[in-house]
Amino acid sequence: MNAAEPLKCRPSDYKSEVKPIWCPGCGDYHVLMALTRAMAALGLPPERIAVVSGIGCSSRIPAYTNCYGFHGVHGRSLAVATGLKIARPDITVICASGDGDGYSIGGNHFLHACRRNVDLAYIVMDNHIYGMTKGQPSPTTEPDFDTALAPGGTGLRPFNPLVVALASGANFVARAYSGNPNETAELIVDAIKHPGFSFVEILSPCVTYRPDQRSWKDRVHPAPVTPTDDPARAARRLMTDDGFNLGVLYRGHRAPYTPPTAAAMVAPESLEEEFEV
Amino acid sequence: MSGANVPPVTSVAALYGIAHRIEADAAERYAMLADQMETHNNLDLARMFRDLARAERLHADKIRELAGAIGVGDDGGPIGPWKADSPESVDLYAARYDMSPHEALRMALAAEERALAFYTDLAASKVDRTVRDLATSFAAEEREHVALCHRLLERYPPASAARPGDPDAPGDR
Ligand SMILES: Cc1ncc(C[n+]2csc(CCOP(=O)(O)OP(=O)(O)O)c2C)c(N)n1
Ligand code: SF4
Ligand SMILES: [Mg+2]
Repeated sequence: MNAAEPLKCRPSDYKSEVKPIWCPGCGDYHVLMALTRAMAALGLPPERIAVVSGIGCSSRIPAYTNCYGFHGVHGRSLAVATGLKIARPDITVICASGDGDGYSIGGNHFLHACRRNVDLAYIVMDNHIYGMTKGQPSPTTEPDFDTALAPGGTGLRPFNPLVVALASGANFVARAYSGNPNETAELIVDAIKHPGFSFVEILSPCVTYRPDQRSWKDRVHPAPVTPTDDPARAARRLMTDDGFNLGVLYRGHRAPYTPPTAAAMVAPESLEEEFEV
Repeated sequence: MSGANVPPVTSVAALYGIAHRIEADAAERYAMLADQMETHNNLDLARMFRDLARAERLHADKIRELAGAIGVGDDGGPIGPWKADSPESVDLYAARYDMSPHEALRMALAAEERALAFYTDLAASKVDRTVRDLATSFAAEEREHVALCHRLLERYPPASAARPGDPDAPGDR
C-alpha cells in the first residue's frame, strides 16, 4: 500500500477496551462517537494520533480511545498537547477539555495556545457546568442558573469561548452539538486538517446536573452564514450569535508556529561561555 | 434526532447501503446502552439492551444477505450520511442509569417508529419503482417491530411509584 494512502478504518478500531463510566445520557458519549468516526474518516493509524486532556468527566476521553493518550493535570491539557506537538510534529495531536478545565483553570493556556497557533485540534466539551465535582458553575454557566451551590445564580456574565478564540488568534473556530454526531465528526475532521490551532466548541449536555440541557436539541441550528476568513467579519457575526449557531465560523490563513531548527538554536555550552566570569 | 438530511436514495444499491447502516447504527447504540447499564449495575436492562443489539445485528446481516452481489458498501463511510442520528438509533440523551424496562422499551419503540416513518416516507416519495418496492418491504418489517415493542410494553407496564429510590442519586446535592 502507498504510505500516503489513508487506511480503511472503522470507528470501532479507535475505541479502547475501557468502558466509559459517564452517566447514561451524557453528551460525551456522542462526542466519543464523533471523535472515533472522525479518526476513521481520516484513516490515520491509532499510533499516529495522541489524545491529550485535563481533568473532568469530559477529560476522561483519552482512555476510551486506543490512540496514545495523556490524562493530564486540571487545566493543563493545552500545555501538554503543545509540548507534544512541538516535540513530535509527525503525530496528530487532539486536545480535549471541558468548560471548567479549558476556560477556568486552563483559561490562560487557552489564550496563549490560540496566539501560538501550534498545529493541533482543541475540542472543548462544554456543558456550562463542572460535572465531575457535582455541579458548580463554570465560566459558561448562565448568570441566573440557580443551584444550591450558587443560590440565585452567580450573576456573572458568561465567558464567550468563540470570541476569545478569535480575538486571541485561533486559526479555525467552530461550534458543534454532540447530539449531531456526524456533523460533529465532520467538524473535527475539518479542524484536524486545517493548519494551525483549531478550536471546536462542542455543546455536550450534562444530563445529571443540567437536565435542562436535554432541550438543546431544539435550540441548536445551522449558522445562517458560510465560514469566513476575515476575522473582522467573524467578530461581527459573533455579536449576534445566540450561542447555538452550529458550523465553522472562521477559517484563517495564519501560518502555524514552527519550532526553530536545530541550526537556529543556541547550544547550551555557548550560553555557559557567556556567563563565565 | 431525525431522518432529516438524508441524502437522496436513488438506487436499490444506495437503499441497501442505507438500510444496512440504519441497522448497524441501531445495534451499536443498543450495545453502548448495554455497556452503560452494566457499568451502572442495572443488569436487567443491560440484558435487554444486549438482546436488542443482537436483534439489530441480525437485521443488518439479513440486509447484507438480501443485497447479495449488490452489496451494502454504499452506506456513507465512517461518518455516515446523517447530520444527526440515523432513524432507528435510540435517543441516548433519554437514558438514565436507573431507568425501568418500560422506559427502555419506550425508547426502542420511538426508534422503530422513526425507522418506519423513514421507509414509509421514502416509499411515498418520487423514486424508482424498484426502490419503492424495497422501501415498502423494509417499512413492513419495521411495522412488525413496532407491533413487537407494543406487545413487550404490555408485559412490562410502567414502573410503580414504589420503585426503590437511590439514596445517593448523582444529581442530589
Ligand atoms: C488543580 C485542581 N483543582 C480542582 C480540581 C477539581 N476539579 C476536578 S474536575 C473539575 C471541573 C471540571 O469541569 P469541566 O472541565 O467542565 O468538566 P466536566 O466534568 O463538566 O466534563 C474540578 C474543579 C482538580 N482536580 N484539580
Ligand atoms: S456528571 Fe454530567 S458531565 Fe459528568 S458524566 Fe454525568 S452527565 Fe456527563
Ligand atoms: Mg463542564
